[in-house]
Amino acid sequence: MEIISQLFSALPGSVSQGLIWGIMAIGVYITYRILDVSDLTVDGSFATGGAVAVMLILNGSDLWLAMLLAFLAGMLTGAITGGLHIFMGIPPILAGILTQLSLYSINLKIMDKANQSVNVNQTDLLISLRWVKEFALHNPLITVGIILVLLIAVLYWFFGTEMGCSIRATGANVQMSRAQGINTNFNKVLGIMISNGLVAFSGAFLAQYQGFADVKMGQGAIVIGLAAVIIGEALFGKIFKNFALRLLSVVLGSVIYYIVIQAVITMGLDANMLKLLSAVIVAVFLAIPYWKKQYAQRHMFRKGKGGAENA
Amino acid sequence: MLEIKNVRKTFNPGTINEKKALNGIDLRLEEGDFVTVIGGNGAGKSTMLNMIAGVYPVDCGSICIDGEDITHLSEYKRAKYLGRVFQDPMTGTAADMQIEENLALAARRGKRRTLRKGITAKERKEYRELLKLLDLGLEDRMTAKVGLLSGGQRQALTLLMATLKKPRLLLLDEHTAALDPKTAKKVLDITEEIVEKNQLITLMITHNMMDAIRVGNRLIMMHEGQIVVDVRGEEKKKLTIEQLLQMFEASSGSHFASDKAILSK
Repeated sequence: MEIISQLFSALPGSVSQGLIWGIMAIGVYITYRILDVSDLTVDGSFATGGAVAVMLILNGSDLWLAMLLAFLAGMLTGAITGGLHIFMGIPPILAGILTQLSLYSINLKIMDKANQSVNVNQTDLLISLRWVKEFALHNPLITVGIILVLLIAVLYWFFGTEMGCSIRATGANVQMSRAQGINTNFNKVLGIMISNGLVAFSGAFLAQYQGFADVKMGQGAIVIGLAAVIIGEALFGKIFKNFALRLLSVVLGSVIYYIVIQAVITMGLDANMLKLLSAVIVAVFLAIPYWKKQYAQRHMFRKGKGGAENA
Repeated sequence: MLEIKNVRKTFNPGTINEKKALNGIDLRLEEGDFVTVIGGNGAGKSTMLNMIAGVYPVDCGSICIDGEDITHLSEYKRAKYLGRVFQDPMTGTAADMQIEENLALAARRGKRRTLRKGITAKERKEYRELLKLLDLGLEDRMTAKVGLLSGGQRQALTLLMATLKKPRLLLLDEHTAALDPKTAKKVLDITEEIVEKNQLITLMITHNMMDAIRVGNRLIMMHEGQIVVDVRGEEKKKLTIEQLLQMFEASSGSHFASDKAILSK
């Protein structure tokens, strides 16, 4: 009983984190699902977003301006990964890893040290975990919730425009896209930029939520993003066909991921084992379509053999 | 009008896998030319089409469309002049996108892609009418994903996409080869209809000698990266497969080496 009440009281916090990471997961969805590129820049650009926002806020910047600049900084990191891929011929996965590694140094330079805190008692913040149970606009559930609705609306509109459609086509079939006059290189870079902009935006929210930015705050972010995408698709893929609903399912996937994590911690799992657990969950979910295919193949083979015996 | 002058291409130069794919191609296509292209395996037919489309750069020579030199234009930029259909039905369409979305992408070939709507209600109506003409029932499935269509349906759709914005040149790379005979015939019929209606300059590679003779007004045969036979008009109409094989042997000094072509006569 105690576990349940503990879990219940932790719920607003888990959902808040899930929503914040949901923005990041939408970024991962854009590269992983729409562009069909595995972009590992995100581990670095997530922290870049946090670092940029925290330093600007500490220097007295307007809060929304800080968020905007964090978004633009994230887009810049995406431009670098895209550039490494397009102009230097480096495969996307490696290009992302190179950017991610270099961002570690850059994030340290932005913050001057590995960790910078913004104290909610001394500075005004958009959201903070201290306010998760308050009924006010600065409650992370409300602020991030509204931002997510706006974001999904904007992305739904954008991917329905001529430009957005051509980005989707680039991810779906490069050869066909070029034959239809689409600048596939430009589109890949643009897609990776938008994705990392969202990731950094999410990092900027998380830094305020937890009250600090840390150079390691993005470590393993790609796995959390993938987990959210995959859980969302597994649970809602059959009912959510519309593009906006698909983005929503990614956010829900992220929220569910954080509720599950909270549950296993409450039940006494060693917090140090969390990353291992996340990796195992993602690996299994990624394997399921492959296993399904193999199973179907073997099933067919058996049926075929049976048929031959009868004949 | 298409004008190709002395185009050469060697793959993997200087290695053990060196392959002279195009060995000095000269070709001039005039208004109303519907050219069928035949030749053995590795004769350079697909390479020639890919060079025109800009899939990879040429080693030397020039390619002009209506007097404009497109030799060094990137593939996506020269796409505004070209309609293309590929051998593999998977290549010409985006499986994860809807039928109408694929058409809308094709309708914007050669135009800047802006933040305007990717497909308008007016377009939907037009596409419905065009799909009706294909007579494949696609007009009632416009929001279905293209991945759900059969190979023949996908080729017919690709053909429609290639000609939705009238191209200066239509490139067909064995676009019926992957289909069963009945579907292949249907797609070829649609091809002739569309080319006739839009008066398109067309280059069609085929492995079927009967089709090569029957369709179009001009026939070229390639061998080892060169055009070895070029017949047109009345002379082409009267050709027989035996004559074609003889012409091939006379000009190349070897037997026509394509099992596919021989078997399908």
